[in-house]
Amino acid sequence: MNTRIVEIWVGIFIAAGAAALFMLAMKVSNLASYTDDEGYTITAKFEDASGLKVRSPVAMAGVRLGRVTDIKFDNISLEAIVTMRIESQYKTLPKDTSASIYTAGLLGEKYVGLEPGGDEASLKQGSRIKLTQSSMVLEKLIGQFVAQFLNNDNSDKDK
Amino acid sequence: MLELIQTLGKKGLDFFERLGRACILFTRILGGLHTLIPRVGLVIYQIYSVGVLSLLIIVVSGLFVGMVLGLQGYNTLVDFGAEESLGVLVALSLVRELGPVVAALLFAGRAGSALTAEIGLMKATEQLSAMEMMAIDPVQRVLAPRFLAGFIAMPLLAAIFSAVGVMGGYFVGVGLVGVDEGAFWSQMQDSVDLYDDIYNGVIKSVVFGVVVTWIAIFEGSDSIPTSEGVSRATTRTVVHSSLAILGLDFVLTALMFGEI
Repeated sequence: MNTRIVEIWVGIFIAAGAAALFMLAMKVSNLASYTDDEGYTITAKFEDASGLKVRSPVAMAGVRLGRVTDIKFDNISLEAIVTMRIESQYKTLPKDTSASIYTAGLLGEKYVGLEPGGDEASLKQGSRIKLTQSSMVLEKLIGQFVAQFLNNDNSDKDK
Repeated sequence: MLELIQTLGKKGLDFFERLGRACILFTRILGGLHTLIPRVGLVIYQIYSVGVLSLLIIVVSGLFVGMVLGLQGYNTLVDFGAEESLGVLVALSLVRELGPVVAALLFAGRAGSALTAEIGLMKATEQLSAMEMMAIDPVQRVLAPRFLAGFIAMPLLAAIFSAVGVMGGYFVGVGLVGVDEGAFWSQMQDSVDLYDDIYNGVIKSVVFGVVVTWIAIFEGSDSIPTSEGVSRATTRTVVHSSLAILGLDFVLTALMFGEI
């Protein structure tokens, strides 16, 4: 076989392999939305952060602003400390922004939803969000619902 | 009774002797790699014969594996109303497992067996001895370029397999059964991690490439130089490399993704 043709084919092969790797990295994985060390981190204390994971999205108004980078347990207040990295382009979040843990869909992934406040000053590197609402645990919710339901039933009978 | 123990001992000794020879060959090949720098042409030709000529089988099987994954995954997921996750299912199973493993199995069957047969026949027709007579080290001239070619070609083949498979899953999922295109890609991008999934898949395919080529080259140069010996060596290459791929895949998966 002609050396030239062999070399051309090997060139095509290596280019195709590199293109496949590139496609896997850009199109299939999350590299396109990867923000490594940019941005600033804020923390929030939650009574209950069950279901939240490192790399879970942080969103405001349905737009992803950053990701959860760390979840720790606070020995003193016995709460969960969630560290989030917000991309640097979103630097006008008000200081009294509140954070809640929501579920995407009924059984979907947990994410941190931010609600804007009205303060003039904005969140900075290392700021702490004071107003937080814990994640909804489905079992607890059903428990509450059933208890309320039974109570209503009893009070109806009393009448 | 004593004979039985003796046979067992002989088998054991034979096994370790072969393993030792294989390791010596491996280090000699690694030591001979530097001589390839002025002889890139040899490696390019070998990449052609193990890589380019395997492209057809890799692309076609990747396409069909992806299409089957798309169809089967859809049938299962639609029961839970989760057909939007089809992209995740196809991409994760291809990138993490099927891409490296199936591509390596095909590589062992297509390229590994050819390597063994070629080297075995070179030995049987005394080409290797002739080289030694001319003071050319056959490890450097024959084995090292083939090893390097397998090492380079295997990760590329696995990446092509995964990429084509994802496209196949996309054709079936979005084109045929009607999963939403945006959900297909966005859920996939949300769940597939560059480091956890794609890098680990590439590492797997590199390991498989080294192991398959090593086994193929060793079996070829260790074969009995008769037609029967070469045919046996070829069979052993396919069997041993397939077993090695599947076994190593479990070990690597446990190391990468497991909590062991």
